[in-house]
Parts: sequence; C-alpha cells; structure tokens
Amino acid sequence: MEQELVKMQSKQNFKSNRSFPRQLEDEAIYIIREVAAQFEKPALLFSGGKDSITLVRLAQKAFYPGKIPFPLVHIDTGHNFPETIDFRDKLVEELGLELIIGHVEESIKEGKVKEESGKYASRNALQTVTLLDTIEAGKFDACIGGARRDEEKARAKERIFSVRDDFGQWDAKKQRPEMFDILNGKIELGENVRVFPISNWTELDVWNYIKEEEMEIPSIYYSHQRNVFKRDGMIWADSEFINKSDDEKAYEATVRFRTVGDMTCTAAVLSDADNIDTIIDEIIGAEISERGARIDDKRSEAAMEKRKQQGYF
Amino acid sequence: MDILRIATAGSVDDGKSTLIGRLLYETKSITKDKIQALEAASKRKGLDFVDLSLLTDGLIAEREQGITIDVAHIYFNTPNRKYIIADTPGHFEYTRNMVTGASNASVSIILIDARNGVSQQTKRHFYIASLLRMPHVIVAVNKMDLAEYSESRFNEICKEFKVTVGNAGFDGQSISFIPISSLFGENIVEKSSQMDWYDGDPLLSVLENLENRQHLVAASEIPARFPVQMVIRPKTEAFHDYRGYAGRISSGQFNVGDLIEALPGGQMSKIKSIEKYENKLNDAQAGDSVVISLEDDIDVSRGSMIAKVGQTPEQVKLLTARICWMDHIPLSAGKNYLIQHGINTVKAKINSIESVFEVEHFNEKETPDSIKLNEIGIINLRLASPIFVDKYEDLSSNGSFILIDPMTNNTSGLGFVTNF
Repeated sequence: MEQELVKMQSKQNFKSNRSFPRQLEDEAIYIIREVAAQFEKPALLFSGGKDSITLVRLAQKAFYPGKIPFPLVHIDTGHNFPETIDFRDKLVEELGLELIIGHVEESIKEGKVKEESGKYASRNALQTVTLLDTIEAGKFDACIGGARRDEEKARAKERIFSVRDDFGQWDAKKQRPEMFDILNGKIELGENVRVFPISNWTELDVWNYIKEEEMEIPSIYYSHQRNVFKRDGMIWADSEFINKSDDEKAYEATVRFRTVGDMTCTAAVLSDADNIDTIIDEIIGAEISERGARIDDKRSEAAMEKRKQQGYF
Repeated sequence: MDILRIATAGSVDDGKSTLIGRLLYETKSITKDKIQALEAASKRKGLDFVDLSLLTDGLIAEREQGITIDVAHIYFNTPNRKYIIADTPGHFEYTRNMVTGASNASVSIILIDARNGVSQQTKRHFYIASLLRMPHVIVAVNKMDLAEYSESRFNEICKEFKVTVGNAGFDGQSISFIPISSLFGENIVEKSSQMDWYDGDPLLSVLENLENRQHLVAASEIPARFPVQMVIRPKTEAFHDYRGYAGRISSGQFNVGDLIEALPGGQMSKIKSIEKYENKLNDAQAGDSVVISLEDDIDVSRGSMIAKVGQTPEQVKLLTARICWMDHIPLSAGKNYLIQHGINTVKAKINSIESVFEVEHFNEKETPDSIKLNEIGIINLRLASPIFVDKYEDLSSNGSFILIDPMTNNTSGLGFVTNF
C-alpha cells in the first residue's frame, strides 16, 4: 500500500439521488415510538437546526392524531443566531409544544463553567455542563437527538440507543450490541439514554426530506447578505460574541449556513442558493463535508469523541 | 428508492478499508476536506501512504491499535439506491460487534487476501452470515494485483472456500465470487481489463442488481405480523373516540378489511383503517410504520401482536434457541434473564444448555455448563409469560430475540428460535 489515494482516479460520473428513501422515515418513527413507550420521561433535544426540526416532524407523525408526548429541550448558549431563536419560538407555538430552555449563561454565573477567552472563545464546549444539569433537573431518562452517523467518524460508531452513565459519559468500549430493530432501553436510576432516530440519514437525505415534506427551516440556511470576516480560511459571521483581531476586517458577502450551531462555532459558506432545490444542488456538488464548516471539530482529530465522553450529545 | 444494507467483514490487512474507501471515492461520496484530513492524519502517524482505514476507524483506541473494534456505519448512494455499509471488526474478540453490524444487512461482503487464501476469519464470517441467514454473500478475492491477476489462483481460492466453508450455508443463499483489486480499482465499478478471464460483473454492478431480503418473496405471501408499540388515543375534540394501534409491520402485508386476531387473548376483528400520518392507506407492508384501527373494541395494548386469522404465530412459553453470547459474564443454566422479543420483554429462565460451539476454533465443547463471550450455543428457555414467535428459519423478522442481564441491563446475547 503506497500513495494509493493519489492514484485514485474516479472512473465514472455518478449522479446523486434526489428522492428520499421512505424506509428511513419508518425506521425513525419506530424508534421515536419506542422512546415514548419504554421511558418515563423523555425529551427531544432541540437546537433549531435542520436535523432537530426534522425530528420534530417525525415525532409529529409518530403520534398523530395524538400530540407529541414530550417536551423540547434547548440548550441556549446565549450566542445563537437570532433567526434560530425566532424560528424555535414560532414552531413551539404552532405545534403547542412544551419548551424547556437551559441557559449556559446561568452555568457561568453559578461558576460551574468558565467562559473561554482569547480569539477562539466559544461556549460550544461549555454547553455540555448546562445540558447535563438540565437533564438532571428535568429527570429526563431519554433524550432524543438529531445526530447522524455520516457527520463525523466518532458518531459513525454510535448506537441508536446510547446509554450514558451518571455523569452523562459515553463509553465507546462498553456500548451495548444492537441487533435487528430490538432496542434495549433498560437503565439504572440516574443513567439516561441518548436516542438517535436519524442515525442512518445522510445530510442529503435530510435535505431531500425537507423538500418532500415542504418543511420550513430557519432563514439562515438560505443565501442572504451578511457581515462576515475571514479567519483560518473560513468565513465567520461577524458578531459581538467573537473577539476579532485588528487585521480581521468585516465585509458584506452573500452567504448561507450549512449547519447551525452557535455563532462562535459555525462557519458560513459563500452561496447563492436561496431555495431548497439550489441547496440540494449545492450539497451534491460540495467538495467540503458538512462538519468541515464546524470550527469545534477542527480542534483535534478526536475532538468529537472526547466531547462525547464528557457528555456532549 | 430502496436501501441496500451491506456488512463488510475482513481485517484491515485484507484491504477492507481500502475497498470501502474506493467505493466512497468512486461514487463521489467522500469530500475534499475528508481526504485532506486523511492525508494529514497519515502523515502524523509517520506513514508514507494515505491510510484509508483512518476514515472508518473512528475511535481513538482503534487508531492507536490499527484495528477495527466497533461497527462503523458508512453511507453512499448511486442513482439507483442508497447503501449502508456496516463495517465490522475481523478479530474474533469482537465477534459480537460483527453480529451487531451484520444483523440488519442483506448482503455480506467477505474479503479474502489473494495471497493468503481462506483463513479462520473467512470461515467465521461466513458462519455468522449463515447464522443470520443473510440471503447474499459476496466473496471478494482482493489484492489480485499481488497475485498477478491469476485466474488459476482465483479458481483455487473459490474451490478452497466451497470445500472448507461452503457447507455451512443454507438453501436459497446466493454466493458469488469476484476477483478484485481495491487498490487499483479493478472490478469495483467497471470490469477490469487486467482480468479478461472473469466473465461476471464488477462489484458495484452486482450490488446494484441484488434483491433486498424483504423483496425476495411477495409481501402478500409472507405471514403478516404487526407488533403493537402503543395505543394512540388523542381524546381531543376532533378525535374524540379515536383509538389506533401504532407499530411497524414486521412482515407480510395488511389490507383494510382483513380479518385479524390479536394475541394474547385471540380476540378477532377486522381492520377498519390503516393510516400513515394524515394519509389513509388501503394496504401496508413490512417495514411500514402505521396506525391500525379495528372495527371492534377488543383488548389490544403495547406488546400485543396483530396477525391475520389462520396465520397467527405460536404463543410460546418453552423454546429452544441458538444463542450468540456477547457478555463477559457467561450464560449459565438456571440463571434468570429478561428476554426481549421485538418490543416485548418478559422474564426467562435458562432451563438447560444443550451444546456449545466455539467460534474461534470451530470446536464443539464437551458437556458445556456455560456459554462464554463469543461462543454460540443451543439453549432451552422457560418464559414467565408467552411471546408470539416464529422459527427464525421460517420467518426471520419474528424469530430472534435478545437476552438482557437483569443485574447489569446489558444486552448479553442474541437468540434465534429453532424450536418450541
């Protein structure tokens, strides 16, 4: 084996699919119903991003004509895009859902976490503490999340029902085997399970689903004008939450966001895609993966696995 | 669009990761930043080549040791279908993870290094593929470039495979052999010009043309099973008297108007409606998550099973099963477990262990009193209340279960019902 990648020449021009495989929806609905049936107090972790919006739609379908029988939990870093928060509040009101918000700000005030300093300061890592506190306060035994296995290689190893210990930690070596569609949700008091119903969806599947379901998503996913600046080859949204150095000058550009975290850890992409079809074209043609625009993953090769061990979802 | 689920088996040395990397690359499923990350990581490890296994070995411990420990799921698609690869470990210590990855797959790709031929690991993988009754096995003889693309070497390996492991299969299983070179992309997407003597299709064409497990027989000919996950009773103004049973059809097909029986209890009724969200359907098949309403108000709750009259499964309290053990704490006769069959969980006691098969060396153990991690045995179980099962060989979707250790809550074993 030497220099194999360099020699790789693609021999065929592949077209990507533009239809959504419906089995993925059936599978996700089955999983969400199992959560409602097996656990005392589930919750849905809602970030305002497209994946958690997809989860809400799936939950709506799973219990129809009944209501979604669990609350949404949002961990607010205080550095969110205002568009995301507006969208969240509108969705909650329209569907008549219960929303529980955990504030990172409060964890900082209580001295449980320390605000990061310097040019790369972000609250992304801090939110794990707030998340674990919110889970404990709400006594949630199962938290549904929108993580997908195609996002990142540590996530590729995650089970659908992922058991976390008293401290919210993920132990990759102790994962329960998961066979067929049998989901073992048995846990001890104090433990909880993270559940990932859209584990087997890819980014493209989510977009095709959003299109076919004609779902609304926050406006920042679509192309818009914004003040941005460049750092480390990425485009950052200019905001009061980011410490810019003197040589980092903001300018206006036409951008959109491919993934929505908080403003300090999500980079924008230059894009004219202002509707769902052009977004899908863009995803299919993309040379950079979705999390390539996540500044939080760039910290090290094992950044995600290390955060997951600490209780990050 | 359908989904084909593949399990790959083989060690890093067999070129498994290179094969997966190749499939991703050729179908444009790997992006530039991921390739760059791979290059950087390979350099950090002091390698002078791009190590594609770093793409799939996502855990720190895996990268340290250069082996696959746990199942990774990898995705790619063609215009024809979506593919999910469960990339499973080859080392026998991780047999349980191999079973985990393989359980949902319709196809197993078993890799053989053309220089080494059939190994213990090949046998183990084929044994597990057959245990799970995977309908398709593809034996990919890799690294043909290092065997001078030799037809006689390829034929020799095919013959060796058939002689040494072929008899572990079952009727209806298809086995195909493909000579490939993942490194050079020979017979992966296009037919290789290096191996004109091979008259079959390249790997991806074979995958594109495989029938999925559930499509091998028409849904209407398979006994229909509907395990009830929950009862939906909105009690709202608009749906005041609504009572629907939510679940996922595990096999066969249900039509509105079908005469059904609900287990336990055996009360009969007729299907009034089948709904998927706001859509009213005339019929639904295996895999569909639906809500079924009945004409009569009969006793149905979570754990009930709805089946068509005349096609009901057995209600079983005593059963014999083949069990694949996955726990460090061995299974022993007399011990109590929880058995989870689909969505149904009941208490179970191990009455006796009939035999134990050691997958590492393919030995039958004499007078077994326990079943250890990664061993496969035959056990007799007694249940506290009945479950509604089929034999795994008759209807696999309703013939498997897990055993849960009530002390640890761990999923300790995977069982296949052989008799009751």
